Amino acid sequence: MEDKILLAHGSGGKLMHNLISELFLKKFDNPILAKLDDMATLTIKNSRLAFTTDTYVVNPLFFNDGDIGKLAVCGTVNDLAVSGAEPRYLSSSLVIEEGFSLSDLEKILDSMVKAAEEASVKIVTGDTKVVERGSADKLFINTAGIGIIPDGIEISGSNAKVGDKIIVSGTIGDHGIAVLSEREGFNFKTTLASDCAPLNHLIKEMLEVSQKIHCLRDPTRGGLASTLNEFALQSNVGIQIEEERVPVKEEVLGACEMLGYDPFHIANEGKIVAVVAPEDAEKVLKKLRQNVYGKDAVIIGEVTENPKGKVTVKTLIGATRILDMLVGEQLPRIC
Amino acid sequence: MCLAIPGKVVKIKENDIAEIEIGGVIREIGLHLAPEAKLNDYVLIHAGYAIQVIDEKEARETLKLWEELGIVETPE
Amino acid sequence: MKHLSEYRDSSIARKIIEAINSASKKKINLMEVCGTHTVAISKSGIREMLPSSVTLLSGPGCPVCVTPNCDLDKAIALAQLPDVILITFGDMMKVPGSYSSLSKEKANGYDIRIVYSTLDALKIAEENPNKKVIFFGVGFETTSPTIALSIVEAKMRNLKNYSVLARHKTVPLAMAALLSLGEVKIDGFICPGHVSTIIGSIPYEFIAENGIPCVISGFEPLDILQSILMLIKQIENGKVEVEIEYKRSVRPEGNLNAIKIMEEVFEPSDTDWRGIGVIPGSGLKLKDKYESFDADKNFEVEVPPTKDTKGCSCGEILRGVKFPYDCSLFGRVCTPENPVGPCMVSSEGSCAAYYRYGKR
Repeated sequence: MEDKILLAHGSGGKLMHNLISELFLKKFDNPILAKLDDMATLTIKNSRLAFTTDTYVVNPLFFNDGDIGKLAVCGTVNDLAVSGAEPRYLSSSLVIEEGFSLSDLEKILDSMVKAAEEASVKIVTGDTKVVERGSADKLFINTAGIGIIPDGIEISGSNAKVGDKIIVSGTIGDHGIAVLSEREGFNFKTTLASDCAPLNHLIKEMLEVSQKIHCLRDPTRGGLASTLNEFALQSNVGIQIEEERVPVKEEVLGACEMLGYDPFHIANEGKIVAVVAPEDAEKVLKKLRQNVYGKDAVIIGEVTENPKGKVTVKTLIGATRILDMLVGEQLPRIC
Repeated sequence: MCLAIPGKVVKIKENDIAEIEIGGVIREIGLHLAPEAKLNDYVLIHAGYAIQVIDEKEARETLKLWEELGIVETPE
Repeated sequence: MKHLSEYRDSSIARKIIEAINSASKKKINLMEVCGTHTVAISKSGIREMLPSSVTLLSGPGCPVCVTPNCDLDKAIALAQLPDVILITFGDMMKVPGSYSSLSKEKANGYDIRIVYSTLDALKIAEENPNKKVIFFGVGFETTSPTIALSIVEAKMRNLKNYSVLARHKTVPLAMAALLSLGEVKIDGFICPGHVSTIIGSIPYEFIAENGIPCVISGFEPLDILQSILMLIKQIENGKVEVEIEYKRSVRPEGNLNAIKIMEEVFEPSDTDWRGIGVIPGSGLKLKDKYESFDADKNFEVEVPPTKDTKGCSCGEILRGVKFPYDCSLFGRVCTPENPVGPCMVSSEGSCAAYYRYGKR
């Protein structure tokens, strides 16, 4: 392992996964954490609770159709919702750099309120710290969330079965490219908006039509590739998808072509990947498409017996290749 | 060794700078190496510069050649 | 997207593959010189669609991979000087030198920045007049004109704090060196489409005169398949010439503006290619009239002794003598997370392409 933490350790790819398994899992050794789902399922008395936390460090703070506040609420709500839980309460902790604009802070808090209302959650506790100029990059937000998992719901990355269909709820890469376009040094303009959205109501609707949704996740850092690889590894199955079926907006393709990026590795904040038993796939798809956040939903592939733990793509010309997890961070390239 | 992609010239600015559009994404690039590029031309972009104006006629001929593949396959 | 999507059509791909299958009789080795072609071939899965009579070998066309450790070590040493901003293309960041990499040194606090274009590098120089900005110039003829341009611009804008560490290389002489090494039978070359956009088709004539067909190929799956078909047809018919598949971009005379600016700023130099050694005249260094922008002349820096990595087969892979999976370290000790050599870490190194997209 490296002796220093690199930016690549935070980018959702292999280096981050290695850090988690070789350091955090060893230190915080317990079976709940070892499951490596996006949230922890806790049984207290007879209730099953979902508990999760996430810290938001996005740069820039404001981007097209979103900001760090909206992200902080939606991200944590979604991590709860993908376990089948009904998100109920969030905490919100802020680390603010000295000199940060009060009006920006207000805007961000307003976004959090609006997102929490849409998601029907309450922010019930919090913390605020201010650090000296230079000790933090403007603003970091941590949100932790609790939700209730209804009886009979068993959703986990390790539940995928051979023959299951893979559904994605819409176009991939929107958030990552929208944010990149606002970042210093990238110098490209687009009308593309972040897809940041609370998906708990969408997921509830899906769960109402099917008891056979085996896995659910929102493909954030590391993109679709990371999520599919995580499912394949956790469930010890193969996953095959068809490149032609994966929906990608033109702007995302254009930016990726220019920078040499792969849309499969770019973050999404308002999309889910679902692994569904084949007999229920069409009705789940239909239900998704009735919701504004799932209108572009499509079946992109299926779970296979082999190769175990790997994701393969049928390419545009009909050949098959591996879809690997991102290793470190994607860097713009000219070669 | 070279990632270069086609983009459309949508605005020509001063000092050999132009705006190009790829799939709806707009970026400023240098036209220094392809000064003959005009508005609405497609150019090949590498490392922030246009390195060639794409020859539409040649492009069309290449595509036509492929369309005809199924109809006329002349064994040589 | 225009000029892209049309060249990815799966039904046309199938037709070209059928044509390849019926035309191919002799067992042949075709070398794709360019790393971007290696990646495109791996990503689209072309290798597995070809008949067994056609073997594709990857060549030394990855400017990152052929940059030797000593050049990386010098860039790192320069970055460690006070008041220096070292600017690089993203491609070089993670490549391991003898002791470290640019990305590790950035984590150590040195001012190392990534740009997509030399236009952005000039902006950084203008915005930081009290810093010395050094651009790590790596690349082939597609990229060298953009670096030459930055030097001319810097001169025009009277920027006294901009220099280039010139480690550019040129392709045709490397192809000649490979042929004279004679280690592996090459029956045809898939020539780099974007290098050729700059230099045209004439610099490859000497290869055809030596009996080896060349086809200058674009980068979309249909371009590459068509180029392979054209090479097979030449070989089966006993023809030997330089053909251009990528006609929408490559003219026989190349891009005269780009050639002119390269000749204005650069002159040939003897340069070291990882895996091949020094190829006389295959590099580009700054002419004396631009020496005030030459980082080699402007900066005195101590570079630690170069160490080469034991067991790494990058050299043989770059010459087409070995496939990545022939290397004893491939996929076991050497992976994208823990790369030993540049072929695994470079975004278009053969080992990275083979590992990421398929054969392990």
